[in-house]
Amino acid sequence: MYSRAYKTLITAPPLLWVGLFLLLPYLLMFAHSFWLVRDGFLVHEWNLQNYHKLIANPLYVEVLLRTMRIAASVTLLSVFLGYPLAYYLSFHAGARKELLYQLVIVPLWVSYLVRGYAWKTILGSDGVLNGFLQYLHITHEPVGALLYSPFAVIVMLTHIYTPFVFLPIYASLEHIPRPLVEASHDLGANRLTTFLRVILPLSMPGLLAGATFAFVLSLGDFLAPLLVGGPSGTMIANIVQSLFGAAYDWPLGAAISVCILLITITLLSLTERFEKRWSFK
Amino acid sequence: MANAHSATSGASGVLLAVRGVAKRFGDKEVLKSLSLDIAPGEFITLLGESGSGKTTLLRLIAGFEQPSSGEIWMNGDRLDIQPAHRRRVNTVFQQYALFPHLSVRDNVAYGLRVKKTPKIEVGGRVDQALKMVKMNEFADAKPTRLSGGQQQRVALARALVNRPQLLLLDEPLSALDANLRKQMQSELKSLQREVGITFLFVTHDQEEAMALSDRIALLRNGALEQVAAPREIYARPATAYTAQFIGQTNLLKASVKAGIATCGSLKWPTSASDGSTLFSLRPEAIQLASDVLPVSARWVRFRGTIQQQIYGGASEQLEIECGAGQPLRARIPSRAALGRDQEFSFSADEVVQVKS
Amino acid sequence: MVVQMTGANKSAKFPSRAPILTSAAILIFAFIYLPIVVLIVYSFNRDGVGGFPPQHLTLDWYRQLFADGAIWDAVLNSVIVAAASVALALTLGLLAALALDRADFPGKALFRRLVLLPLILPGIITGLSLLMFAVFVHLPLSLGTVFLGHGTALISVATTELFAGLQKIDRAQEEASLDLGATPWQTFWRVTLPNLKLSLIAAGLLIFTLSMDEIAVTFFLIGRDNTLPLEIWGRLRRGITPEINAISTLIFALSVALIVIWYRIRTRSLGAKPQDLLEQAATQQQEQAA
Repeated sequence: MYSRAYKTLITAPPLLWVGLFLLLPYLLMFAHSFWLVRDGFLVHEWNLQNYHKLIANPLYVEVLLRTMRIAASVTLLSVFLGYPLAYYLSFHAGARKELLYQLVIVPLWVSYLVRGYAWKTILGSDGVLNGFLQYLHITHEPVGALLYSPFAVIVMLTHIYTPFVFLPIYASLEHIPRPLVEASHDLGANRLTTFLRVILPLSMPGLLAGATFAFVLSLGDFLAPLLVGGPSGTMIANIVQSLFGAAYDWPLGAAISVCILLITITLLSLTERFEKRWSFK
Repeated sequence: MANAHSATSGASGVLLAVRGVAKRFGDKEVLKSLSLDIAPGEFITLLGESGSGKTTLLRLIAGFEQPSSGEIWMNGDRLDIQPAHRRRVNTVFQQYALFPHLSVRDNVAYGLRVKKTPKIEVGGRVDQALKMVKMNEFADAKPTRLSGGQQQRVALARALVNRPQLLLLDEPLSALDANLRKQMQSELKSLQREVGITFLFVTHDQEEAMALSDRIALLRNGALEQVAAPREIYARPATAYTAQFIGQTNLLKASVKAGIATCGSLKWPTSASDGSTLFSLRPEAIQLASDVLPVSARWVRFRGTIQQQIYGGASEQLEIECGAGQPLRARIPSRAALGRDQEFSFSADEVVQVKS
Repeated sequence: MVVQMTGANKSAKFPSRAPILTSAAILIFAFIYLPIVVLIVYSFNRDGVGGFPPQHLTLDWYRQLFADGAIWDAVLNSVIVAAASVALALTLGLLAALALDRADFPGKALFRRLVLLPLILPGIITGLSLLMFAVFVHLPLSLGTVFLGHGTALISVATTELFAGLQKIDRAQEEASLDLGATPWQTFWRVTLPNLKLSLIAAGLLIFTLSMDEIAVTFFLIGRDNTLPLEIWGRLRRGITPEINAISTLIFALSVALIVIWYRIRTRSLGAKPQDLLEQAATQQQEQAA
């Protein structure tokens, strides 16, 4: 139905653009990881030194591990919060389902920065939370350890990503035909058993999608640590950022970025394979 | 409309007793204080149009809804206060509701596993159930790979393997095509006889109801219109609605005086009391006068003009104008062309008085 | 499964309400909203951010905000970049969606994944890659490079949304148009595009919002002129002032307004259940992202 000319016309521009401004930059990043900085200048010599530096330097390894721990915590907490919310909306909210759904979505449209900033003002020594605790005489001094710590980063990112995790879980829960739940009851399963044997397995694709999204984006986040992380809350992306800034070592920064990229792609293909096995359509 | 506290015909005891059950959704009354007894071992059908309340009643018995008032008893115990998962009742759903993430075998085993049936027992019972519905070859397949008819059998096995006291079937054949439907009907009937479990079948298809049931409970607007065996309900419909819903009929508005009913130019003897009444006369009861031998006093002859002759294979349908107010429909064995003016005949015994 | 209990049968022990789950849901909702509420409340607090309880409500911070020239310059910059990004992303996204829907070409699978990468990858990677590209071609950093970054990255959003919209079009409509004598070009303008109107608007709104809020990619591509998020970011580094609360509150209000508009457009035109549509649009990204 579509002529050759038509097909060329619709394919060429996006292909060219994406090739030039997306593929090429990513390839450049990849290439840079094999180059060097010598005497403050970028040198196009192909080598593996950057990767050696990565593995050899305990600091980088430590920060990477900490980052993965933070990302894992954020993912777990977001799922822990997002799933019950999605379940409640899907199965218990009745007529108010739609309204509540919109209420969950709204924060997603609100600036990341705004929400991060909010936590900064809440968790600080002079912050709202401390003020609140002292007002109630629960504490008599500000609790300093709240802000500028991995804890604060986790709290902030969990807050950001819970709605993101909620969405695909809610979608897959909504896709479960209600007769299946009735059938399970009909056959003698109570609510808990029905959840474990029917609802949870069928919501796995959504759960995996949301969890992957939260993990990958937390892994590469550099803004949250800058806002609320402090020195103890530095994450791997901050190291990359400084290597592209004051510490001027683009190749090394590129190498770390490539690592993040590899972790991301590995996770995505694992999830995809999982989804294929869990998919029953 | 009639609320039939129907005595169980021929069977002993009552398995399920529905007592004055009503159901409201918001301000809409879907079931109006209904009472019905179901005998053990019978195949009873809830028949009705959409909106008649038949599915609601089924769901009340299954436990997916709660009655607004009234009670449901099974074997002398209150059923409606029990949660769905504790009732000895199982359902075959309209869209089968097979678990897509489990194999056929695991689907059938689900009810047994959930009630912690010992593993040794589970395997045997599952195989037996699958064999009963002829699906044992497909034991390891996933439901999404099966056809509609196959899924239906699995749904049946999944319910029956639990040996429920009552099996509910929610229009299970409506998604199948005509031929498959006929085949499944006869399989269901023989299965029920073989297994001996009480079947409560819901459908809007009156032919299906008549083919399968020991008794039919006709529902209309949330109340029972008539409850009787198929032959009874067909030959002696209680109301005009029943007469028209099940099979086809001619509704004749007649005035009765001294044992004679008059409808336009038609007259026939009747035992109905004086006044204006409605009568039902099935099309197959009207025959060509020339086809009918012994003519007794109970036989009525009349002249009519054939308006339409619709061929239907074994039989054909005639529309006859005979001065009875509306054209009469008759069903006669097929024959070659007829002259327009004919003499027809029917027996007064076939004319049934019905409530409007 | 919710079983409505009405009438006299309250003796039944049915799983009609789940108190633990409901309380949990309320708490989770509170967690999601409390920070935003705190933000808004303290934007009216005379004594600034922090401490408890907030007293002395005032509009001073808003007055200060409206007098702040640098902020409004940044807003203008953001709007310009966002509008341009919408134009670019929609155009290329539409073509990409059409290509994915109707054409077969070598590298199609790669193209599909490539287009979606910016959605799932952390922004820093996309930002740095583009930075390296800019340096490589000796392109100075400016709002232009920011526009390049936003537009390119957001093609993914446009493609996803428009592809879904294309799936919904009855192919027979286009065939009917051709059958009646219209050229493919005419068919595109008279039949295809009008059917995509809703998807285009929804995608446009989403891209606009995402661009206005974008930080990670922008961080590395910014020149001398700031976008709003970067301007706020700069001030945050210098210290917290309730003025930031004020602008945050305004951003929040604007976001809510936008989502209400987006919502109305979709439901009014399609008559479909609004929840499905919202869910579709937002979850497409999620699903594609995974």
